[in-house]
Amino acid sequence: MAFSFFGGVHPKENKHYAEERSVQTFPEPDLLVIPMSQHIGAPCKPLVKKNDIVTRGQKIGDNQGLCVPVHASVSGKVKAVEMRPHTNGSTVMSVVIENDHQDTLCPDIKPRTKEEVDALTPAELCDIIREGGVVGMGGAAFPTHVKLSGAIGKADTIIVNAGECEPYITSDDRLCQEMPEIVVSGLLVAMKILGLKEGHIGIEDNKPKAAAALKNAAVGTGVIVDVLPAKYPQGAEKQLIYAVTGREVPSGGLPVAVGCVVINAATCKAIHDAVYLGMPLIERIVTVSGDILLEPKNLMVPIGTSFNELMEACGVSENPYKVLNGGPMMGTAQYDLSVTTIKACNAITFLGHSNNFYVEDSRCLRCGKCIDACPMKLSPVLMYKAMQSGDVDEMKSINIMDCIECGCCAYTCPACVPLVQGFRSAKVLIRNAAAAAKK
Amino acid sequence: MAQMKYYYELTVSSSPHAHSPVTTKTIMRDVLIALLPALLFSVYNFGFRALTVTTVAVASCYGFEKLWNILMKKHDKTYDLSACVTGVLLAFVCPVTVAYWQIVLGAAFAILLVKMLFGGLGRNVVNPALAGRAFMMSWPVAMSTWIKAGFGNAAAVISPVDIATAATPLANMHQGMMPAESWLQLFIGNVGGCIGETSAIALLIGLAYLLFRKVIKITIPAAYIGTVAVLTLLFPMGNPGFEWMLCHLFGGGLMLGAIFMATDYVTSPLTMWGQIIYGIGCGALTVMIRYFGGYNEGVSYAILIMNCCVVLLDRIGRPVKFGAPKKEAAK
Repeated sequence: MAFSFFGGVHPKENKHYAEERSVQTFPEPDLLVIPMSQHIGAPCKPLVKKNDIVTRGQKIGDNQGLCVPVHASVSGKVKAVEMRPHTNGSTVMSVVIENDHQDTLCPDIKPRTKEEVDALTPAELCDIIREGGVVGMGGAAFPTHVKLSGAIGKADTIIVNAGECEPYITSDDRLCQEMPEIVVSGLLVAMKILGLKEGHIGIEDNKPKAAAALKNAAVGTGVIVDVLPAKYPQGAEKQLIYAVTGREVPSGGLPVAVGCVVINAATCKAIHDAVYLGMPLIERIVTVSGDILLEPKNLMVPIGTSFNELMEACGVSENPYKVLNGGPMMGTAQYDLSVTTIKACNAITFLGHSNNFYVEDSRCLRCGKCIDACPMKLSPVLMYKAMQSGDVDEMKSINIMDCIECGCCAYTCPACVPLVQGFRSAKVLIRNAAAAAKK
Repeated sequence: MAQMKYYYELTVSSSPHAHSPVTTKTIMRDVLIALLPALLFSVYNFGFRALTVTTVAVASCYGFEKLWNILMKKHDKTYDLSACVTGVLLAFVCPVTVAYWQIVLGAAFAILLVKMLFGGLGRNVVNPALAGRAFMMSWPVAMSTWIKAGFGNAAAVISPVDIATAATPLANMHQGMMPAESWLQLFIGNVGGCIGETSAIALLIGLAYLLFRKVIKITIPAAYIGTVAVLTLLFPMGNPGFEWMLCHLFGGGLMLGAIFMATDYVTSPLTMWGQIIYGIGCGALTVMIRYFGGYNEGVSYAILIMNCCVVLLDRIGRPVKFGAPKKEAAK
């Protein structure tokens, strides 16, 4: 059973660049920069200092509260603990590790057998997931153990997001094709935590090979693979829940309000690795793609590898116009390629100058295409007008806070009005006004 | 601070970083393409003067917009072709005998006062081409001198000695008579009237193209033409009633107005329900002016009046946001 959500767009998929490239292991770089903030919540405090020797998988950062630890992705010597640029555009405390290429494994890492895992309680499993440094790997990087433990007893449906509706990105596609049983195994762990007998995997119909592999691996496990019609943003949490179950997450609410939990396919693998292999989240599949790449690739990359090194590994045919952490619809543009891959970095997209669609002094035509495209059923044209008026109450009442920043409106706008940018600044104004009102 | 490696000048901007191939310019280009069949037919129907009048209108609209941008030191956006669309439409609602200086003045009014003074494309309240026509009605004789259809008739008209004028179908219908022409003739367009309005079939080909290219939706033309059809069928003034309705649909500027003028993005409502009410309003006003007005043709004034209501119609039928509480959804 699949529902079609309202609106959405069909951007050029551009998956052909990398979809046939099987996952290669990236040769470990000599220097890794591991940011202490790779998740939503409190940043980690570094547990190591300069000149410490670290092993592969060793915990190097942790903190109290809403936080998940960070681990060393290689063995070697800590060269520095200092502020470094982060893919979100700021600079954050990072641990710089000089790789000794010995791959000395952390002695704490011990695999568990199926029987041992079966004997664990949900609370113990959540703890293992936390210690494994698992966060949502689709982009938002919300701590997975918090999401799962908060939904125990409240959720009746779990959905794995293998939608991957962003153009260019193929990392989850390759993951599901090459390691479907690992994705299913991770989902089964999450189902065990939530006490569910049934789980869903939502995947778009433009990935038939991955869907077939998942269906094959899911036989006899209670996992159902839902093949959904390809439309952006199928992989947006609320749209995916609607497409699979027909339920609408209430405005301002979390998926658990309608009894749903959504986790990314790559997160399933991280859960599996943490629980069965005892291996924390220290590497992930990254799609390095783009219209100017000589050799697009899907790479298994250690967390902390710099974008420069990945670009050199794939080669570019012209100086990049934009380099994105993520895909072209929601990715963040980078100004400095010394930034490194983090847990939620599923792709790096290199775009050439032909992607420049900037229009000076863009003027709304009132064509209404943005209203038809908005998957949240908002009226972007009127929201933008409210933003320009500067009236915070008007911005709030016209539902700017419901915008998921998927970019459908700005993608479709013939006048190239920077709608999403406007809504982001409006959200800041609304939050500031709310904070000022509290004081 | 760590050493940063700057390899390239990278552009940083807010997402999305991809854009649909449809832009303002491609939309305007599609509208111009959709107007081509009607232009070709007008040349067949009225001679080459139809083409020169259109060219003068397009050139002056484009020129006035450029001039305004230079004088006011504004970012020049004439490349979006919207001035060219206004030019073609302005010519299309004038008789082929109109003087060139009149059309230049009409273009000046449409572009400078109606469009640019309000802030340019997207900010104008009423359709510039129709406002330009309304302004040109200051010369009522020139604007209602109709010649018989037929290639080359216009040349004779320009010499003021012998004006081979003819009553248009709408003039007859205004008197409550069936027009001299059959509805089929009106459908094909071999009749007198404004340059671009005579051929319903050519305009419908344009409509099909616009729908195919998804430039417009059927909502406004369907509501507009549907309302006129229902009202003229219910209240026929001539016999037989069905033919009376067809003459109203294919005669005068209804097709041109409903397909190309009422659907102007800038001056039409955003939501589907707003568009339906707007279309019905245009249709009802058109019929009322045609039946009871002092003037034969109601399309241009009907659309101009409804343009002014758009700000109110935009409040109707906004989509209810995803995940809205049930109470709010019931509103």
